[in-house]
Amino acid sequence: MNIMLNGEPYEISEGATAQNLIEQLELVGKRLAMEVNQEIVPRSTFHEHQFQTDDHVEIVHAIGGG
Amino acid sequence: MSTNSDPLIIAGKEYSSRLLTGSGKYQDLEETRLATEAAEAEIVTVAIRRTNIGQNPDEPNLLDALPPEKYTILPNTAGCYTADDAIRTCRLARELLDGHDLVKLEVLGDEKTLFPDVTETLIAAETLIKDGFKVMVYTTDDPLIAKRLEEMGCVAVMPLAAPIGSGLGIRNPYNIRLIIENANVPILVDAGVGTASDAAIAMELGCDGILMNTAIAAAQNPVLMASAMKKAVQAGREAFLAGRMPRKLYASASSPIDGTFF
Repeated sequence: MNIMLNGEPYEISEGATAQNLIEQLELVGKRLAMEVNQEIVPRSTFHEHQFQTDDHVEIVHAIGGG
Repeated sequence: MSTNSDPLIIAGKEYSSRLLTGSGKYQDLEETRLATEAAEAEIVTVAIRRTNIGQNPDEPNLLDALPPEKYTILPNTAGCYTADDAIRTCRLARELLDGHDLVKLEVLGDEKTLFPDVTETLIAAETLIKDGFKVMVYTTDDPLIAKRLEEMGCVAVMPLAAPIGSGLGIRNPYNIRLIIENANVPILVDAGVGTASDAAIAMELGCDGILMNTAIAAAQNPVLMASAMKKAVQAGREAFLAGRMPRKLYASASSPIDGTFF
């Protein structure tokens, strides 16, 4: 199924969880935060959170800024 | 524990450094780290942006150079032009930093000047404070708005001294003084400082601290400028506490007039 990941279409298997996505992106253990359809998905719930078709997923991290 | 007898207190936490730094515009993370150390900053602001998908997963992370165990990380809402975007950014930052709730709120209104949109800033501040955030707020140098933001519950008010990244110095010292005189929360100049003397002037006015980024990062030698800024902030603070002599139009001899032999 298709989701929007950081503004780009992204193909992910049916029933995939937030944890599956993080593993697929090789981001395990990184300091990041995720929101789906503008709602925070706490890291503690990554294993349970399943995506739906057309979910808008944002994964963010800290970068240099003033 | 701070051993400093004149700590900066923000949201109940003591800091011995009154120089807060940004982490943008450096050549690389090593320069960021070295400049932050030379500034002896304890609070460092960072931006929240999309993770680059598909890039080298071993890419170094800013928070490895600036570990949250060592620094108070102050996520900012730079780049936000609406209250909603700023609120989303703060919520993501809180999740990213394991519940850390101190944030720098800035809602911009204009791309050319990067002046704050005060109306959106007030809306965002209200929601964020209700949501439990400790808000350090970037705003214009309007004394009434500064007071309003304090009364709403912002933990620090941070008026600009000049536009972000302009390095124009303290353009309206009288407004900054009015803001300081009326304030019961820390007032920090955020934006506008260009060189060390600007930082000293802001501190001599009675500012509780300064947040700067470009003045250090865009210097020819950022690490040396970071050290200069640390000293300027300390010197300005001491001069403020010491209380400057009154200005006089005419001279006043420093050596005694009695006892001259000529």
